[in-house]
Amino acid sequence: MPTLVYVEDHEGELVKGSLGVLAKAAKLDDDVVAVLCGAGVEGLAEEVGRHGAGRVFVADDPALEAPLPQPRVDVLAKLVESEGFDTVLFGASVLTADVAAGLAGRLDAGLNWDLVDLERQNGKLVGKRPALQDTVIVDVGWKSEPRLALIRSGTFEPSEAGGSAEVTKVPVEIQDWSKQATMVEQAHEESQGPSIEEAEVIVAGGRGLGKPENFSLVEDLAKALGGAVAATRAVVDAGWYPYASQVGQTGKTVAPKLYIACGISGAIQHKVGMQSSGTIVAINKDPNAPIFEYSDLGVIGDVHEIVPKLTELVKARKGG
Amino acid sequence: MRVVVCVKEVPDASAPKRIDPQTFRLDRSVPGALNEFDTHALEEALRVKEQGGEGEVVAVLMGPPKAADSLRKALAIGADRAVHIADDPLAGSDLVATSKALAKAVEREEADLVLFGQQGSDSDGAVLCAAVADRLQLPLISQAASLDLSDGKAKVKRQTEYGYDVIEAPLPCVVAVSDAINDPRYPSLKGIMGAKKKPQDSATVADLGLTAGDVGEEGSRTEVYAVGEPPPRAESRRIEDDGNAAQAIVDYLAEKKLV
Amino acid sequence: MSVRPADFPPPFDPEEFVAEPSDPPDERIEVGALIVGAGPAGLAAAIRLAQLFEERPDLRERLGEVPIAVVEKGKAPGAHLLSGAVVNPRALRQLFPGIHTEDLPFRAPVEREGLYYLTSKRAVRLPAPPTMWNHGNHVASISELAAWLAEKAEELGVTIVPETSARTLLVAGSRVVGIRSGDRGRGRDGQELPNFEPGSDIMARVTILAEGTQGHLTGIALDRFGLTSKPQVWALGVKEVWEVPKPLNRVIHTMGWPLRGGRKYREFGGSFIYPLGESMVALGMVVGLDYADAKVSVHDLLQELKGHPFVRRILEGGKRVAWGAKTIPEGGFLALPDRFHFPGGMIVGDGAGLVNVPALKGIHYAMRSGMLAAETAFQALQPGRTAWQPGALESYDQALRESYVWTDLERVRNMRPAFKHGFVRGAIIAGAAMNSLGKFPLRDLALERDADVPVFVGTRDRSYPQPDGKLFFDKLSSVFLSGNKTRDDAPSHIRIDRKVRREVAETWVNLCPAHVYEISGEASPAGNVVGVEVTPANCVQCGAITAKGGRLTPPEGGDGPEYSLM
Repeated sequence: MPTLVYVEDHEGELVKGSLGVLAKAAKLDDDVVAVLCGAGVEGLAEEVGRHGAGRVFVADDPALEAPLPQPRVDVLAKLVESEGFDTVLFGASVLTADVAAGLAGRLDAGLNWDLVDLERQNGKLVGKRPALQDTVIVDVGWKSEPRLALIRSGTFEPSEAGGSAEVTKVPVEIQDWSKQATMVEQAHEESQGPSIEEAEVIVAGGRGLGKPENFSLVEDLAKALGGAVAATRAVVDAGWYPYASQVGQTGKTVAPKLYIACGISGAIQHKVGMQSSGTIVAINKDPNAPIFEYSDLGVIGDVHEIVPKLTELVKARKGG
Repeated sequence: MRVVVCVKEVPDASAPKRIDPQTFRLDRSVPGALNEFDTHALEEALRVKEQGGEGEVVAVLMGPPKAADSLRKALAIGADRAVHIADDPLAGSDLVATSKALAKAVEREEADLVLFGQQGSDSDGAVLCAAVADRLQLPLISQAASLDLSDGKAKVKRQTEYGYDVIEAPLPCVVAVSDAINDPRYPSLKGIMGAKKKPQDSATVADLGLTAGDVGEEGSRTEVYAVGEPPPRAESRRIEDDGNAAQAIVDYLAEKKLV
Repeated sequence: MSVRPADFPPPFDPEEFVAEPSDPPDERIEVGALIVGAGPAGLAAAIRLAQLFEERPDLRERLGEVPIAVVEKGKAPGAHLLSGAVVNPRALRQLFPGIHTEDLPFRAPVEREGLYYLTSKRAVRLPAPPTMWNHGNHVASISELAAWLAEKAEELGVTIVPETSARTLLVAGSRVVGIRSGDRGRGRDGQELPNFEPGSDIMARVTILAEGTQGHLTGIALDRFGLTSKPQVWALGVKEVWEVPKPLNRVIHTMGWPLRGGRKYREFGGSFIYPLGESMVALGMVVGLDYADAKVSVHDLLQELKGHPFVRRILEGGKRVAWGAKTIPEGGFLALPDRFHFPGGMIVGDGAGLVNVPALKGIHYAMRSGMLAAETAFQALQPGRTAWQPGALESYDQALRESYVWTDLERVRNMRPAFKHGFVRGAIIAGAAMNSLGKFPLRDLALERDADVPVFVGTRDRSYPQPDGKLFFDKLSSVFLSGNKTRDDAPSHIRIDRKVRREVAETWVNLCPAHVYEISGEASPAGNVVGVEVTPANCVQCGAITAKGGRLTPPEGGDGPEYSLM
């Protein structure tokens, strides 16, 4: 029962999320095939092989140069039909959401998304999907094949197990209407630091900081960790920080790997915006602050003393 | 210029949400509201019409009878006509079934432009637009943060993880808009009061040229088995600062390979 | 020196909310009858009027495209409504003659009931006074009732306009000619945001104010037209709905603990616990706002109540699924306006104070008054007549005085004021009043405005339980559960003095069930004066602040809680 994993690349590099999915697929199945779509991507096939694929299909064609979804649907549809894959996995991204869904429409194939795990239960493939702001997990499945799945970004870690894969170039045939959307100007990596929605690390500040000037403590720590800065509704209301950084019920919902809350009491209006974060560290001098009920590491202390020291230690660790 | 906007009703964002213990699906008997992303799509459609000077904005909604309220809201905001796809066999439709029905309904409208809100605020995965576009065999541009129409083409600034791509496609095409694209207007009082009088059609499965087996649970290709608690968060730790808190935090983060 | 909230009046000028129509004639919206508020009173009025028009379609024609319009500031009818409730079906049967009980939007008939006096550990069963007998009544959710009535109204051709606040009373000289709706899309400082939508003038031939407790335009009208010479008083009700595994088999009312009976505290009220069908229970704490201890927080008294073994048992294994808060006018007969109409309009329902406090009933009176107003409106809309002619609406007042609404309220008129003197004396006076069918006491007791009661900072908060997220909750979690979706950057709709004596600030902080007020960091060194911070986005529009020193005005239409089970 071969599984196909769509491996995404961007500007000459493989996207980490896809490699993570590849690693997971290799654990679930002996026969894991990866597919690369792009222009001039053949050179990446070897790296894909080292990350768990037994075989790699390469669809290399100028028509696939721009990261647009519909031509990729054509390639995958043909591949699925000719090779008989029963499962196709995607690491979720802006691009793959469109590819996976387009493929679902093309093949009348079931698609489950936002999965944080996959397992086999009694011979069936079962996906685990969080719901209700990650407070419950729903077991989802497929009634037919091929089974399509979008895995939540960053769920699985890549594993460079070594090994080499058999590389096959596949012919690329794009339908006329799939070519109608064209790239006029492609974006390039922004150097301003990650936006809140994409950041893997977020350092957030609340009223406990005392005054707006103290947000610099939060900014310094975020910079040292390579993360983004967020703020609570209370401080945005008070004008200390812009609304674009607000996390919470009436702001953004984020789920970074690490969320450090500085001087934030953690009322439910804030909690619902960040409770799915991987690890939550809270620093607050009030031992009864609600945030300590759901943080992984709760530190009762003064943010003004702890945060600058923390920043120094992080810088030393990274630089040294 | 006919712009079709696909809208849906979702459980109201502020109502406490629950999963129905029988069907394992989101309990939709709570008050519903027009999906917020769809209000952005509706706003964009109205701007396109206003810029062109003439045209028609049609709101298409697939949902149970009670979702008619949301369709009426779309008319109040300014849509000219509404189509409500409602039929018992549609209940329990997954992406495959929903996109099939929606594509048929949109096809009947012969649109120049088809707009979606990027995703639903319920368990939607930002996938409906792509599935429908594929069935309609129309070019798709999703995550639109801006939309310009000229010379029969749509030019979109698309929001990706890496910044904004600029993508073009000839009309007719499908565009899914993000919430960054505009500030949706409030319905005017005249709009609210006049909504009832605007034309509203309904469509059944048969009207769409489909059978019960194409949609609903039967036509779905995915299923839900159970709902459970997520794995408990690992033991939470609490420490009091005795001068070494910063070091303790770094050690903790290092332990978890976060730094 | 006694400190009263009334010593720090809010910056509020009623003239700000009265204006002449300003929209150009072709932009004005014209309706026949305009009803403000889609609650039981307003919807009953709309339905009754629509029924009368069924028999006279010629009259309806004359009123144009929208013969009857109901504007509602909540997201939908019911979104801002809250009550126990045990409903007397009388008015519903009058509105829908011949309707079967099972078709009425009730949750369960009242089969058994009990009145209990609580101490901190025990619950003592008391005989319920006749005013509280509920045989023949039904437990219902008022939000559900409103949604049901709204459907019926729309079926009869009524136009319901949700998410629309009635901000300004439109007048031409001394006549009320309609209302102007509130603007939407203003920023924190009042500036127009990109999607700014100005309000509109709605011109009407007759305007019925059915805004409920602390009605905004109702307050303006009572003032402007000198309709009342007596103060009104309020109670604040805070309510939760729970899903429970064990069905509750009776309607329960309690008195006593956690309220203190001592005269200096003036804590009047009690709790209700009602079964909402097999698997849900509604419970609430209702406390008169003439209390004296600044640390009284009705929200937290409800939490405390849940810790009593009697209540714990009922909620065992359950989960809180809804929360809300709202004030109730408690003055009864002695606080009723002298006149219920003004040139061009009438006041119905809770806005007119038509609540029977001892029986805890208001819904059917609200509906009855709505129906009577509709009948008067119908007459005023006949050819050759207007609602502005002298005496045109007098028949409403008359009909009200001849109705059971009046006789019921008159009979129990002294019960609430009696409790000004503390629980025991109050109970004695109330009991005597009741037994004499209202003939005792011979001279009616006086009501004192809630804001005029001196406040002191006591120790009431010492017994409030710590929130645990399971049985006891904090205010912010409660606000979250109310579905409150008020825009963060909307202009503040709350008028309040921002620098007040500490006792008054503490009163407001604890009074508000939604954590809108906080004492700001700095306290002035001289005279114990502190700053008050306001977070209007939390406001659930219960109206408590208006009773005790501030003034609530309507926020943007659609903002506020979204009650569906209340």
